[in-house]
Amino acid sequence: MATYLVSVLNGLAMGSLLFAIALGLSLVFGMMDVLNLAHGAVYLVGAYVAVALVADGAGVAAFVLAVLAAAVAGAVLGGLLAALTRATAHHLDQALLTLGVALVVGEVLTLAFGTDVHSIAAPEPVGGGVTVLGETYPVYRLLVIGFGIVLAVAVYFLVERSPLGSLIRATVADRAMVAALGVNTGRVLVGVFAAGAALAAVGGVLAGPILGAQPGLDEKVLLLALVVVVIGGLGSVRGALLGAVLIGQVQALGTALLPQYASFLVFAAMALVLLLRPTGLLPARTAVHA
Amino acid sequence: MNIKAVKAMRGGTHVPSGTTPVSEPLDGDSACDSGSGSERRSGGHESGTGDSAKGPGRRRAVVAVAVVALLAAAPVVLAPYPVSAMSRMLAFAVLVLSVDLLTGVTGLPALGQAAYFGAGAYTAVLIGIHITSDALVQTLAGLVMGLVAAAVTGWVAVRASGIVFLMLTLAIGESVHQVADTWQAVGASNGLAGMPPITLFGGPPLLAAGFVHWWVLAVAVAVFAAVALVVRSPYGRTLRGIRDNEARMRALGYRPALARYGVFCLAGAVAGAGGALWAQQARFFSPGDMGFEVAALALLSVVIGGPGSLWGPCLGAALVLLVRDNLSASIGGHGPLVLGAVFIAVVFLMPRGLAGLTGARLRGLIAARGARLRKENAS
Repeated sequence: MATYLVSVLNGLAMGSLLFAIALGLSLVFGMMDVLNLAHGAVYLVGAYVAVALVADGAGVAAFVLAVLAAAVAGAVLGGLLAALTRATAHHLDQALLTLGVALVVGEVLTLAFGTDVHSIAAPEPVGGGVTVLGETYPVYRLLVIGFGIVLAVAVYFLVERSPLGSLIRATVADRAMVAALGVNTGRVLVGVFAAGAALAAVGGVLAGPILGAQPGLDEKVLLLALVVVVIGGLGSVRGALLGAVLIGQVQALGTALLPQYASFLVFAAMALVLLLRPTGLLPARTAVHA
Repeated sequence: MNIKAVKAMRGGTHVPSGTTPVSEPLDGDSACDSGSGSERRSGGHESGTGDSAKGPGRRRAVVAVAVVALLAAAPVVLAPYPVSAMSRMLAFAVLVLSVDLLTGVTGLPALGQAAYFGAGAYTAVLIGIHITSDALVQTLAGLVMGLVAAAVTGWVAVRASGIVFLMLTLAIGESVHQVADTWQAVGASNGLAGMPPITLFGGPPLLAAGFVHWWVLAVAVAVFAAVALVVRSPYGRTLRGIRDNEARMRALGYRPALARYGVFCLAGAVAGAGGALWAQQARFFSPGDMGFEVAALALLSVVIGGPGSLWGPCLGAALVLLVRDNLSASIGGHGPLVLGAVFIAVVFLMPRGLAGLTGARLRGLIAARGARLRKENAS
């Protein structure tokens, strides 16, 4: 029983991180029809920012600094990607562009940090464990779960309850109409792109003490984020949350029970959802591209 | 009936088919968007009359025969290493053909074909180690495995189109890659080594790189011809119709999802055959040979070569492998950096790929040069 609880908690921590990462991917896709294949690379930038700044277990202040630095780096990268993808109209070209950026960023990171597997220590005050139902569990992961909950609530209020959020949702639903109403949709798009990338980079820092940093991690994270977005429904915030929680559980249970087939389980979950609900579990309510 | 319908829909005129496997519609309508296709094409040779169209057809036949002859002659004049590099390019070109079948012909951007490539390759290696070293059996088994794998996983992807299709194929490809990376039965991340050299029709083992090259070349040409036939068939026209205007094809009574499923299975078979060829020349296969990078490079080859054209992507495949295997070694193993830059450059500099360059710009250049020469002669 207790081992299952640990697995469930691991899944929730993973789900929190996946939500942070997949949110930007989903919103950018919903708005611009752009599949940002460099999203995993942005995540990896965040992870290596953590390696550079807080690898050996710094204090809370340094960790927060690392999170802010990663957010800035992610936002800059996201803005650049937005500018690049808006320069060309074809979807295939946009996908290739982001692929190219992903390759370049991944290689530059390898140049700077080598091909070693880096592990990152959790910040000092929360580096220990607490006893949960007789099992010792890392405090840091509980904090990550807390971060996920706070992020979900914050994003809910921002996207569903604020004027800015209604603008974002309207742009997802019908960009041309919003532009016709006199809104500079380009600015909305760049803003969301940058914010989504910043969240992915922050996810990279926060995931550092759990997943570490190594070349190739960007692809794995991109795959998980893609599956989350597909399962949840493209362009949908609530869908991304539900998908992230589901895939977090599938991933954690799979790793605990069938380590060899964990990645296959993720695909099976996606296939099952698509079989039952081809547009995802919670598609954007005014989906233009179902 | 369907040919007429698609013709009418595309609003283009067709030249009588050439004599080569590379048929005229292939390089004629590689424009990414259907809207500007006809305007773009009007600059090409297709606006010519029937008589003038025969010329390029025959010229292309000559070029095709010359290229195959040159490739076949390579082992006689080149050292073993460049020959095996060429075999590798041919095997990769078969994978690229499968991506082109989806991306160029049907308009479905695919990033998951490396999965079926890997399925074919692992099948060939396993058969080589445990059952028989007969190359024909291995290749056919690889082809069938690619077909089956595509049939099992493809239904998830073909209901979508456009960028969602890209997303789903990427998810399929990465999942299969990670299964291969962790599954002990296929050697997990170490891959499968120790495949004995191939034999043909009960003959002795083909140890020389040249013999293997001839086998790879023969299969690659056969696959190319088969794909060209499919693309020129009524079914191929249906696929292009779906690419250009899916709603109209549905209104005409076609079932786009079914046609897409068919071409997805076909592309899986082609990729499986390519994987078997790759394994046969390397006698080794590891998950690294079917990863994200391979899928991305295959798509890049198609875009460099010009989607929809068949020879262009094959040329693109050769170029891309050349850059990855040779250039990257000479600049300290930072191939991905160069390739990433190439990705970005291609999008901005070559919107229609190599085929687009020769199709419009090169022909324009030749025409300009001819005019200048005539002028000089006259004066």
